[in-house]
Amino acid sequence: MLSEKVKEEIRGLFKKYRTKRSACMAAMQAVQREVGHLTEEDMREVAEMLGINPVRVHEVGAFYTMYNVQRPVGRYHIQVCTNLSCSLLGAEHIVNVIERRLGIKVGQTTPDNKFTLSTVQCLGSCGTAPMMQINDDYHEDLTEERVVEILDGLE
Amino acid sequence: MEKVLLKNVGKPDSHRIDTYLAGGGYEALKKALRMDTEDIIQMVKDSGLMGRGGAGFPTGLKWSFIPKDPTLQKYLCCNADEGEPGTFKDRSIIEHDPHLLLEGMAISCYAIGADTAYIYIRGEFAFGARRLEEAIAEAYQKGYLGKDILGSGFSLNIHVHRGFGAYICGEETALLESIEGCRGQPRKKPPFPALSGLYGKPTVINNVETLACVPTIISRGAEWFASIGPEKSPGPKIFGVSGHVNRPGLYELPMGTPLREIVYEHAGGIRNGRRLKAVIPGGVSAPLLTEEQIDISMDFDTLAHEGSMLGSGGVIVMDDTTCMVKAAYIINRFFSHESCGKCTPCREGTTWMTSILKRLEYGEGRPGDVELLEGLCGNIFGRTFCPLGDGAVMALRGALRNFRQEFVYHAENGRCMV
Repeated sequence: MLSEKVKEEIRGLFKKYRTKRSACMAAMQAVQREVGHLTEEDMREVAEMLGINPVRVHEVGAFYTMYNVQRPVGRYHIQVCTNLSCSLLGAEHIVNVIERRLGIKVGQTTPDNKFTLSTVQCLGSCGTAPMMQINDDYHEDLTEERVVEILDGLE
Repeated sequence: MEKVLLKNVGKPDSHRIDTYLAGGGYEALKKALRMDTEDIIQMVKDSGLMGRGGAGFPTGLKWSFIPKDPTLQKYLCCNADEGEPGTFKDRSIIEHDPHLLLEGMAISCYAIGADTAYIYIRGEFAFGARRLEEAIAEAYQKGYLGKDILGSGFSLNIHVHRGFGAYICGEETALLESIEGCRGQPRKKPPFPALSGLYGKPTVINNVETLACVPTIISRGAEWFASIGPEKSPGPKIFGVSGHVNRPGLYELPMGTPLREIVYEHAGGIRNGRRLKAVIPGGVSAPLLTEEQIDISMDFDTLAHEGSMLGSGGVIVMDDTTCMVKAAYIINRFFSHESCGKCTPCREGTTWMTSILKRLEYGEGRPGDVELLEGLCGNIFGRTFCPLGDGAVMALRGALRNFRQEFVYHAENGRCMV
């Protein structure tokens, strides 16, 4: 169920746009920010608030890769860029280091729900490659030592 | 060259309005608000500014397509969906000099008669989105946005719209779909956005760097801007250099700076004393150039003439340890991942290309795979609504044209020759 806080935030979005449907992306972002992922029920409620068919919300959730639709992720979602510039400078090695350190493979979450590891396409940080994003934050110019230090520093 | 676009980057608190104002910020907007809108559009035309997002369309001409009818609702959308691999210039402006962008947007909106604008920023740039929201709040507070800006009678609201992981939304009509709350799939053109864009209303879509050029054109004049770089595509340009160089980073240089100078002088040459093998001049969609081809002027016309493109100006440098099959696989994997699925040739074709490149890379290639790839290229190119499929083909063709023997070696021997 959507919290009152999220509902209020969604209603606040309506004045930004000509149509309520335009608020769909930001509304789902608000839900994910609070819950961590998107459930069937929450998406139905978003659709109701926007006055659109639930399938319209679903298709947005399915299209954009950052929505975690019915896919809970750990408290820290680690996303390593494996596009060209990062790969040229050792992104594969960075992925291996993280896999070893956390004992999980790409696409998995640690049993304590602390970390989820993903590989992603270019994050626009090519001049400071290799890089990864953990939740909202960019970590750039990575080395093996730096990655371990960052992971160990997370509560 | 005197910096225009990155001049504030590196100053303490460069993102704050007080810093921006202290450097003469928002003076161009004041000047523009006293000008006739037609004169502004003419000035931008005369400056020769061409879109910095990749396509290089003349900006003033784009603005002039907007109907003059004052009763029509119009929109400006700033394309900050920076996602072309190898490109990281717009992020720097957004994070470190957001008011430069906002001033450019305000002038553009005044010129085309738009009272509402959206900044479409990719979802991963959470920090950038926050910076923009803060900057917008500051600009409202100081009266550079909102109702009756500086007593001119012109009003403008700017909103931030966050994407959420879709490269295709950098395509202008997909971007509009996304603001309307839909999947980001490109629209059929015509109608073009200038007549029927956001919510079916006349809309201009401009890249961040393009809009960031506008205040300087107004304050320094079209002639000054046009005097920088080549006559046909002038102005300052941010080149982002990444890959196997000693000093990767952003370099603001005149359009038309030779690629060799960018790689060897500004970016400090190739790492670890290695030799240069190939350079992608403008994001992964741009066909690569070899060592012998880099004495080339980095501008839209010259690169197009040489069979590549300036694109976003994201320069990716690869040294002689790079396997071109692997590079091609990584690039193609990106395109198949980001294909929106609307057009069959792109959706199916890029997927097949990726699986063939993958088996070549992993030593499971088959004789005839190279010809198969070429056949697929021919069946994608020019057969889709938007340029994503074309980009995948151009990138692969560039690699095949110059390094065909490496692909054949992978297919025949099941391993790499590098």
